[in-house]
Amino acid sequence: MSEKLFQEKIDSEKKIEPKDWMPEKYRQHLIRQISQHAHSEIIGMQPEGQWINRAPSLRAKMILLAKVQDEAGHGLYLYSACETLGISRKELINQLHEERAKYSSIFNYPTLNWADMGAIGWLVDGAAIVNQVSLQRTSYGPYSRGMIKICKEESFHQRQGYEIMAEMANGTKEQKAMAQDALNRFWWPSIMMFGPHDADSPRTGNAMKWKIKRQTNDELRQSFIDKTVPQAQVIGLTIPDPDLKWNEQRGHYDFGEIDWKEFWNVVNGNGPCNKERLDHHKRAHNEGRWVREAAKVYAEKNKLN
Amino acid sequence: MTYKSDIWEVFIQSKNGLAHKHVGNVHASDKKMALDNARDLYTRRNEGSCIWVVKTSHIVSSESEDSESFFDPANDKVYRHPTFYKMPDGAKHI
Repeated sequence: MSEKLFQEKIDSEKKIEPKDWMPEKYRQHLIRQISQHAHSEIIGMQPEGQWINRAPSLRAKMILLAKVQDEAGHGLYLYSACETLGISRKELINQLHEERAKYSSIFNYPTLNWADMGAIGWLVDGAAIVNQVSLQRTSYGPYSRGMIKICKEESFHQRQGYEIMAEMANGTKEQKAMAQDALNRFWWPSIMMFGPHDADSPRTGNAMKWKIKRQTNDELRQSFIDKTVPQAQVIGLTIPDPDLKWNEQRGHYDFGEIDWKEFWNVVNGNGPCNKERLDHHKRAHNEGRWVREAAKVYAEKNKLN
Repeated sequence: MTYKSDIWEVFIQSKNGLAHKHVGNVHASDKKMALDNARDLYTRRNEGSCIWVVKTSHIVSSESEDSESFFDPANDKVYRHPTFYKMPDGAKHI
């Protein structure tokens, strides 16, 4: 099949399945995007996992545990989808460890107190949901199916975060200050999660043409901001952006310039927790090696009997 | 020794009376681990009453590039569909 026929298939909204012919660049783009997405789910367990045994109530602890378990699950759905493109799980993990594959920079920021659990659920999961809802319509079948499943499960994540923020914002003066401080620290990194402006995003063209992505970075970012600003107003918190204001003409919020220097600095490995996150993943992976090996030997032994 | 686990495809029956449906796959070194992993990964919200796991390498699939000729025998047999037949006016559906 030629690239022309492939494009016709894409244009008529037909999904591409693992055994179908696809351009090599389409395959590579998907591997990079899906693996980055998978690694983000897995690394994303760390900043929240640190707060499971410090949760302020049994209810909060059970919820956070369930959320972190979901993130493990979502990582696995995505690794599975990625493997259908002919790359092994082992190679995907190697790419992460050798820093040839990236994960979302948002997880390189530290979680300093319980309000950060609220901010992460509300803003980080909120941003992820905006992106993932759009990706349910991606052209690659296994990725699309994974996104549909993830979106179904993830809607509680954003709600639990917003609930924490709302409770703290309506609590004591100190609690409200903590909630505002968490919003101040996580707002800009959250809107950076959508990536560079479209004009500075060289891969967007192909991704849109092949319908891997259905909306551009800037469209998704705007949609997240438009949804989130009223939520902040409802609970009496202030978005830390003096330029933020409703633009009647556009029907959207205008917002201030993003500090791209900080964005690239964190992407390139110099964020507050880059090293810690990766080291932790490597250590956990290496410490689990004997379990994987023992399981294999046990399976071989049972085959002989 | 280099470790390489098998991949198992997972099929879930959401409740008795319905067909098992493919939901994804898991890595596991034996069938018990495959079932346990499938339960933990795909039924965290009571999605199933029964799980099948099948080694991916045991599945035989038709090839998508041959799909036209492979499914060709069904193409010209419109009389297999009820809409092919004319019903006299006034006749009721069975």
